[in-house]
Amino acid sequence: MAILSLKDVHKSFGITHIIRGVSLDIEQGEKHAIIGPNGAGKSTLYHLISGLYSVTSGTIELKGEEIQNKPPYEISRRGLARSFQVTNIFPRMSVFENVRCALLWSRGFRYSFWHLLGRQGELNDCAMEVLSQIGLLEKASFPAGELAYAQQRALELGITIASGAEVILLDEPVAGMSHSEAENAVQLIRQITEGKTLVMVEHDMNIVFDVADRISVLVYGEVIASDKPAAIRGNQRVQEAYLGEVATHA
Amino acid sequence: MLDVLIFATLNGLVTGLLLFMLASGLTLIFSMMGVLNFAHASFYMLGAYFAYSLSLYFGFWTGLIFAPLIVGVLGALVERYGLRRVHQAGHVAELVFTFGLAFLIEEAVQFFWGRDTKSYQSPDVLNFALFTLFGQEFSAYRGFMIAISVGIFIGLYYVLTRSRVGIIIQAAITHPNTVANLGHNVPLIFMGVFGVGTALAGVAGVIAGPVLTTFPGMATVLGSIVFVIVVIGGLGSLAGAFIASLLIGLLQSFAIASDVGMEDLLDLFGISFPYDHALADLWGLTLPQVAPILPFLLLVLVLIFRPTGLMGKREE
Amino acid sequence: MVILQTLVKKFGIWVAYLAVLLLLPQLFDSILAISIYNQMAIAIVFALSYNMLLGQGGMLSFGHAVYFGMGGFLGVHTLLMIENESVYFSVMWVPFIGGLFGLLCALFIGSFSTRKAGTVFAMISLGIGELIAASSLIFVDFFGGEAGISGDRTFGPTFFGVDFAQNIQIYYLAAIWTFIATIFMYLFTQTPAGRMANAVRDNPIRAEFIGYSARRVRFISFCAAGLFAGVAGGLFALNYEFITEENLNAATSGRVLLMAYIGGLGYFIGPIIGAVLLTLMNTLLSTYTDLWLLYLGILFLLTVMFLPRGFAGFIMMHQVAWLRGRLTSLIKPYLITGLPALVFLLGVVTLIELIHTEDETLSIWGLSLTPASVPTWIVLIAITGAAFYGIRRSLPQLREAWHAANKPDGEGN
Repeated sequence: MAILSLKDVHKSFGITHIIRGVSLDIEQGEKHAIIGPNGAGKSTLYHLISGLYSVTSGTIELKGEEIQNKPPYEISRRGLARSFQVTNIFPRMSVFENVRCALLWSRGFRYSFWHLLGRQGELNDCAMEVLSQIGLLEKASFPAGELAYAQQRALELGITIASGAEVILLDEPVAGMSHSEAENAVQLIRQITEGKTLVMVEHDMNIVFDVADRISVLVYGEVIASDKPAAIRGNQRVQEAYLGEVATHA
Repeated sequence: MLDVLIFATLNGLVTGLLLFMLASGLTLIFSMMGVLNFAHASFYMLGAYFAYSLSLYFGFWTGLIFAPLIVGVLGALVERYGLRRVHQAGHVAELVFTFGLAFLIEEAVQFFWGRDTKSYQSPDVLNFALFTLFGQEFSAYRGFMIAISVGIFIGLYYVLTRSRVGIIIQAAITHPNTVANLGHNVPLIFMGVFGVGTALAGVAGVIAGPVLTTFPGMATVLGSIVFVIVVIGGLGSLAGAFIASLLIGLLQSFAIASDVGMEDLLDLFGISFPYDHALADLWGLTLPQVAPILPFLLLVLVLIFRPTGLMGKREE
Repeated sequence: MVILQTLVKKFGIWVAYLAVLLLLPQLFDSILAISIYNQMAIAIVFALSYNMLLGQGGMLSFGHAVYFGMGGFLGVHTLLMIENESVYFSVMWVPFIGGLFGLLCALFIGSFSTRKAGTVFAMISLGIGELIAASSLIFVDFFGGEAGISGDRTFGPTFFGVDFAQNIQIYYLAAIWTFIATIFMYLFTQTPAGRMANAVRDNPIRAEFIGYSARRVRFISFCAAGLFAGVAGGLFALNYEFITEENLNAATSGRVLLMAYIGGLGYFIGPIIGAVLLTLMNTLLSTYTDLWLLYLGILFLLTVMFLPRGFAGFIMMHQVAWLRGRLTSLIKPYLITGLPALVFLLGVVTLIELIHTEDETLSIWGLSLTPASVPTWIVLIAITGAAFYGIRRSLPQLREAWHAANKPDGEGN
């Protein structure tokens, strides 16, 4: 059974129809990439899945339960985490606090005002573990807002995966990075999403074809193809609608 | 009954138009810069005080012209050397800055003019009854206030909709970045709008000073009401601010003029309560008593049920 | 030995805080001093509670005095009830009652006001503040109209023979309450709810994507802030034995904002500094000059413009230089700029006082100046102007020294 399943999802802003009936099934453990030209609605689709926007019609199921139109925190608690295209961290808190906060709910602390965090050895160890995974151990006590860009992107990933969510949505994780930084980031993404379901929006085709088991192509709010990388590469419609454009870009 | 109705309407109109003169400047400033200027009413107070001092030496009419100009220049300076500096720190810092400014202006006014009420008088030319109705006089000065307010709004409307500057301002309200990219000096426009907005508040101060008395607390009295108006009207909406100004003006003048109370309401339902009841204060309420809290009650209700205000589009 | 060291490291600052609180009356024990201490204790709790909102939770409130005042009003009513013997417990619990009532009010008001932060929250807090301040003049039974209500703290059972009739006894009680309240407010920052308050302040949208409802997080901080403001109000009731509408109106709300901001938002110790400073200004400076509110306003605006993180932030700015062992290199440039700055400050204050005074001579800093004499003005303006020029000239050097002291070792940039 699909872990994340979209059925005929529509989204309009006023009279502008952005998402025009997307259906998509993503299997457990799959590494799924969503590609498409600018303005195809990729980010909107992410906002719908993660609860930032409400759908106009259609259903979204996570592990068999409908999650469309639920607030983001409800969806997060059910095991879906996402990153953002524009770095979205807690700038005035330390790097360590950023990660630790991301761990709190999944560790069952809820809104507690009676647990002292300094005493939660296991929680703190776990936060340090995540920091070492994303290579920010040395910057643990640094204010997050003062990190270099690539480090902020790494922290963004760290916040996203810290809770141990089963489904992870990454939105252009390597955008704006240099080539070597991007390579490191891909390595990191592979490592931290081991055994998890990954959905990724990315413009860099090398990375997409490198990481993904399956690729869906979104054009003008519709999925025009969803298949294995090799098949996508050979798909006539995709080449017309999208890859041709990228080829000329590259 | 009819005389009460007519005079309450007229007085409500005077208050409402006066409030709108403040609210329009505040709204313009908010729409362009995203700053709710806490010190807006303080510029209104400065207008009254400057006009008072000028009127001592040169008469009322000189004050009417020059006091708003001084206030406008002061406002532009505040924007240039204060607000712009704080701007990078975000909206909360800006709000706190204007709050501090309001505090400082009130103290400065007491420093320069003293704590007592100033006898700032309306000009002799306008000290006659414009008309008498049911034995009550309506003073010419109030008529003059209405005329000035309406005149300024018509002028403002023309500038905003017909002139080149107005069109740039309107564009800058909704798309500040685009306007900057088109090569217009947006910081200068901001400074200008802040100056004009505060000058409008100054005008309101000049004409309100003689009627609402000129004293160091006059900014506090009106300040929060003007805030209420721009929020109720919908932040950034001039039309909303206009409706809300008249609404609050009329609401207050009618509430004060009427002598209806809770008791009358309860009588209507045939309920009566003993006077020594624990909640006697509540049953004994009259409308004039609650008049001062009505705007705030309205504000809280609007914010809870329609956070964007009556005509507002913006959400934060 | 090691255990002792960790103990000192962990609790040393708290022991020192308690010691300072308890030993203050040994330093000065005049009636005025004790009264100032009492005001400080109240102000510290109040300002710390405000910081829970703005500094830690990012909620700018213009109506925080509501919870202070409500706590105070119920505190005085409790004193009256103790006097009438409708309840039977020691008056030392009045701050607790005040806190409970503050919490109750915050529970009700917070349920709808914390939906949004930013401008909307600020406006709702302003509206509710004005609403309650205006209502307090209408509901005379509870609020006592303009005169307010008063009680008497000498009734009820004593606490081991202490009857809290004297101010010094109230001070020790207030010191204990302040200490307890400070500890609890500090501990709150160390809990999940406290940390998430920071997260929601920094980035409410992201907080929702790690499982937390921003509104609920704000609500919890709001209630905690209401509780401690109520405690401060209870202390006020106990200390003054009366309370009026003035204690819950916009002016009081504004004052607590000033305290927290000048002291430094975002640092736990900031509001304590601000509370002490403002209380001293309020009580001592006001005896020297009736212009103290003007100076306060100037101080506040300068803080907002040049020290957005307040005094505590100014101190913390030096952490990097200190860690890199270069703090001493700043002493000289500080002195070079500081001296003309001090002269400038004194000059401006003297000028302001000279303008303001209505007497024939003004006694200030041991000098006696004549406002009517033109040379006095010229000399003063010349000195002040020269000092300003001195600041302008030396500022670039200070800036350079600052950058040198903060530059990371070895690393390029």
